Amino acid sequence: MIAVVGYVEEWWIQVLKAIIIFAIALQLVPIVLIAERKLLGRFQGRYGPNRVGPYGALQPLADILKLLTKEQFRPNTSAGLLFVLAPLISILTAVAAFAIIPFGNVQNIFGTPVGLYGIDVSIGPLYVFAFGAIAFYGIMLGGWASGSKYSFLGAMRGAAQLISYEVSQALALVGVIITAGTLSLTGIVEAQSGMWFVVPQFFGFLVFLVAGFAETNRAPFDLTEADAELVGGYNTEFGGGRFASYYFAEYLNVLVIAGLVTTVFLGGWLMPFGINQPGWVDPFVVLVKMAIVTFLFIWVRATLPRLRYDQLMRLGWKGLLPLATLNALVTAIIVVIR
Amino acid sequence: MSDPDAPQRPPIARWTGDEDAIAVQRSPDPGAARGTWRSFVETARGLKTTMRRVAEKPSVIQYPEQKVPVYPRFRGRHKLHRFEDTGLEKCVGCSLCAAACPADCIRVVSAENTPENRVSAGERYAAVYEINLSRCIFCGYCEIACPFDAITMGHDFELSDYARSDLIFTKEMLLAEPIERTPLRREGE
Repeated sequence: MIAVVGYVEEWWIQVLKAIIIFAIALQLVPIVLIAERKLLGRFQGRYGPNRVGPYGALQPLADILKLLTKEQFRPNTSAGLLFVLAPLISILTAVAAFAIIPFGNVQNIFGTPVGLYGIDVSIGPLYVFAFGAIAFYGIMLGGWASGSKYSFLGAMRGAAQLISYEVSQALALVGVIITAGTLSLTGIVEAQSGMWFVVPQFFGFLVFLVAGFAETNRAPFDLTEADAELVGGYNTEFGGGRFASYYFAEYLNVLVIAGLVTTVFLGGWLMPFGINQPGWVDPFVVLVKMAIVTFLFIWVRATLPRLRYDQLMRLGWKGLLPLATLNALVTAIIVVIR
Repeated sequence: MSDPDAPQRPPIARWTGDEDAIAVQRSPDPGAARGTWRSFVETARGLKTTMRRVAEKPSVIQYPEQKVPVYPRFRGRHKLHRFEDTGLEKCVGCSLCAAACPADCIRVVSAENTPENRVSAGERYAAVYEINLSRCIFCGYCEIACPFDAITMGHDFELSDYARSDLIFTKEMLLAEPIERTPLRREGE
């Protein structure tokens, strides 16, 4: 066995959990989609979509229907199988990474103890980073297989960006892992019962958040897409269902990062001021915190312009990386001295 | 923060006309710490600015339901007029509008008025009067050229259609009382 699993249920509970988590992820994405479009509208002094359904609530449904009923086309220059495979890689890794977000500890549901997470592995964050690294193949292969200059440029930028920011992101978590003394995400949450890690690990939180923006390819780090210069970057040549897959994966990645920030820095399902809520509230606490982080994502997107490529690299290597390293180092020293 | 080894910045350059390229003075480099601090503060200021927009009411006109009223002199779709007392057409088929039209979109074929068939107040009348609105540039020259004020520019601007042939407006369509779909701005507003 590669990793020790914290708590294992019966196989049928595992299957049931997998289905439920996938269903929840599938429901959350359209909510984030409409929330983003409505909020972006408000941030820009307009209403956002308000025609389809009450207050435009059915807009994502209309979008998805439109995309899925479109023709599945492929450019002549595209590289066959990879072109089909790339969006699938993106969506697969996003859903797989979502499995690790804990929505609560082991609960008694109808007399059966069930952990409210996909799986509680003892390599927690590493699992996420592993899938984050594979997710990059979705973008890279997608851009390359399109056989288009713009797509290729976008994919190249994406590759450089993800490599640069993954390092800082991982290093930002090292401080937390040292303090908590465990890699299990439920363990990290339980270690925050005294104080959430945002406070002692504030710089780690900042670096993780900024690197998170970059990892999800969202403004101000959306150089891979850069609609103004690269007409969509890696997803230029994708349309219909394949584009929908990329779109879905992007928003699911936002949710994964939001869930990770919630779990690692914002105390997961723990309530502030030592309030002890009943177990069934836990998932909602996590969801509310995730919503707050997602709001931050949208707020930043509405505010900051896209970085230039050299600025991106400078921020990553000269700003975030030293800060994250220093944070890990200082935390390690403090933990050893104690 | 001042570093003695840092390269000296050039003094304020003044263009004397001798050289093609001159050095431009920039604001002093804030340095790493100040620069970082400044970027933080400015980011926070930007976030505050966008958040303030959320508190405001969106300044949006929900177009098909709400419309921006047009000004009285707005040049929209043309109208042909009749005399109010006699009901005769003002147009006498002189084709001056067609001559003035820079887009060449007006077609007039005139015919003689007879005692049995009296259409206009003059000697002749327009048997055919067509405006091809897909070519019209709404310049209003036809209105100026008309000696009888028979053609004027109306206020309608919602003129899209599914076929080009539907945009050729005939005399009957131009004479008909238009469905005013556009609110008019009050005088002096």
